[in-house]
Amino acid sequence: MGKTLFDKIWDAHVVTQVEGGADVLYIDRHFIHEVTSPQAFDGLRARQIPVLRPRQTVATADHNVPTRGQHLPISEQLSRFQVEKLTENCTEFGLELYGLGHHYQGIVHVIGPELGITRPGMTIVCGDSHTSTHGAFGCIAFGIGTSEVEQVLATQCVLQKKPRRMRITIDGQLQQGVLSKDIILYIISKLTASGGTGHFVEYAGSAIRSLSMEARMTICNMSIEMGARGGLIAPDETAFDYIRGRAFAPQGEDFEAAVEYWRTLYSDEDAVFDTEHRFRAEDIEPMVTYGTNPGMGIGISQAVPDVPAGSSEQTFQKSLSYMGLHSGEKMAGKPVNYVFIGSCTNSRIEDLRLVAAFVKGKKKADNVYAMVVPGSKQVEAQAKAEGLDLIFQQAGFDFREPGCSACLGMNEDKIPKGEYCVSTSNRNFEGRQGPGARTILASPLTAAATAIAGRIVDVRDTLN
Amino acid sequence: MEKFHTILSSAVPLPIEEVDTDQIIPARFLKATTREGFGDNLFCDWRFHPDGSPKADFVLNNPVYSGQVLVAGRNFGCGSSREHAAWALSGYGFRVVVSSFFADIFRGNALNNGLLPVQVSDSFLHAIFSAIEANPKAMFEVNLENQAFTIISTGQSEHFEISPYKKMCLLNGYDDIDFLLSLKDKVASFEQGHEKVLIQ
Repeated sequence: MGKTLFDKIWDAHVVTQVEGGADVLYIDRHFIHEVTSPQAFDGLRARQIPVLRPRQTVATADHNVPTRGQHLPISEQLSRFQVEKLTENCTEFGLELYGLGHHYQGIVHVIGPELGITRPGMTIVCGDSHTSTHGAFGCIAFGIGTSEVEQVLATQCVLQKKPRRMRITIDGQLQQGVLSKDIILYIISKLTASGGTGHFVEYAGSAIRSLSMEARMTICNMSIEMGARGGLIAPDETAFDYIRGRAFAPQGEDFEAAVEYWRTLYSDEDAVFDTEHRFRAEDIEPMVTYGTNPGMGIGISQAVPDVPAGSSEQTFQKSLSYMGLHSGEKMAGKPVNYVFIGSCTNSRIEDLRLVAAFVKGKKKADNVYAMVVPGSKQVEAQAKAEGLDLIFQQAGFDFREPGCSACLGMNEDKIPKGEYCVSTSNRNFEGRQGPGARTILASPLTAAATAIAGRIVDVRDTLN
Repeated sequence: MEKFHTILSSAVPLPIEEVDTDQIIPARFLKATTREGFGDNLFCDWRFHPDGSPKADFVLNNPVYSGQVLVAGRNFGCGSSREHAAWALSGYGFRVVVSSFFADIFRGNALNNGLLPVQVSDSFLHAIFSAIEANPKAMFEVNLENQAFTIISTGQSEHFEISPYKKMCLLNGYDDIDFLLSLKDKVASFEQGHEKVLIQ
């Protein structure tokens, strides 16, 4: 019987098995950031042990950094201390750090791929659940906790129970105005926020294969939002072309040798998945969420539903009450005062180009504050080189410096209590963007169109 | 890690589904660089008003309920991978979380911190909530050795799953890292044969 792509990569990384089914999995690449690593370094110090393979760990500061005035010391004391702690730890343990001010700094899941550190066939972990992003390159990438960060630093391994395999196939042609963000929000709305738990997902089908690498990253990024440990896509010419020539990608003959290996990374025709789902690309509309988990999403033409089967009335009503919405209400037309374009889901150069092309020559609505936060220093520099910063400025958008920003309500960028925010980020949990903030997840195009109109719009109406 | 012994305790009911780790510990509290102190901010935005005063209707502020066991709705611990969620629950004093479904990363983080996730059937979860409703001081036994969760008042008991390795770790207070460090030679020989293209 054939093997799935997931099995091929996983099996090639098992150092040994433990009684009871857990595998000791070797980790090729480890990313760390300031929030989930300090306690892990304390653990190493307490045991008086070094980092086993310092060249396989790369650090950056992203969650807790301000997105303006990055050349100045961080004004918030605890944030500054945490970022300084990362610098101290990287110096003490000999790790590469792309910290604040470095031209490679950025959101950890943006910089790994853009620097060519993320490559097919690898195992990649990071103390962040959106590590699933890297799976777009055909690697096994997943988020871990801080105890596991310590394990990887100390041993280059983690202990993991092998997840089950799920394949989600999407064939067909996307409608105009529908982006990869809409695909993944659609999938999660169908499978629910726990529908992928215990699984690793492979995304397949003609609609997936036709996507760019950046669009694929958006899909894999949100695998965790249906509970899946990660998601991956078989690497192809699109992936090889993306990697070629990147700062840390193999060069010359090494690259050709790597591509030869990468071409073996696909699920065999007779491979069997534990679970299979199929969707038609044509059925997918621009999506918005209405509730407080990413599974609570609807097509823009639809109304907020009644309690879905399998959900409890109490939980559902608590969610709608937090959002200030009721069943039967349409999201389209709803006034919105905040728009956030950024996060590890949608802050790459293609996202910024799409938004810039849409808002060029237009002006944001008076009631709206709209921010665009690039995913990295490299994205920021590229956007400026293309004059996108001027387009944003002329449209009245605030173009910031790189970081996780208003995705998670940790740094200075927060949405005020009670306000709706149409956001290109990945989580609409209560308080995610700040205490009392009401998040509506959407694609960069829907976010841009909302900022211009001052209310939620069906972006398809504005494209015709 | 502290050894896990059989626990006999009352329980705190939280009959909400999809409790994500942003609710367990909001991101603005993740600026600490140690593992201590997170219990003070457990469920902060459900538990306190913005001015810091307790919200009377939240279960942790109701003196009727107490205990080392938290009982919650399905898909507990979804969302962010922050281990701070496990530290907050342990820091508050919980040793066991019961639900009919746990998110993967939370489950792993809990086990790595001596916090036992007990997954039970939907009907048994309902029975536990009913027992607490009938008597907020109802007692429960969590027996890890036998992998059994028992409602003392009714005698109903359900078996729960845990990997033999993790069970051994909890019973003895072992960390994964001790085990992984013991495999140093195996890791080194694995690296010898590992595809060079992957790690260059």
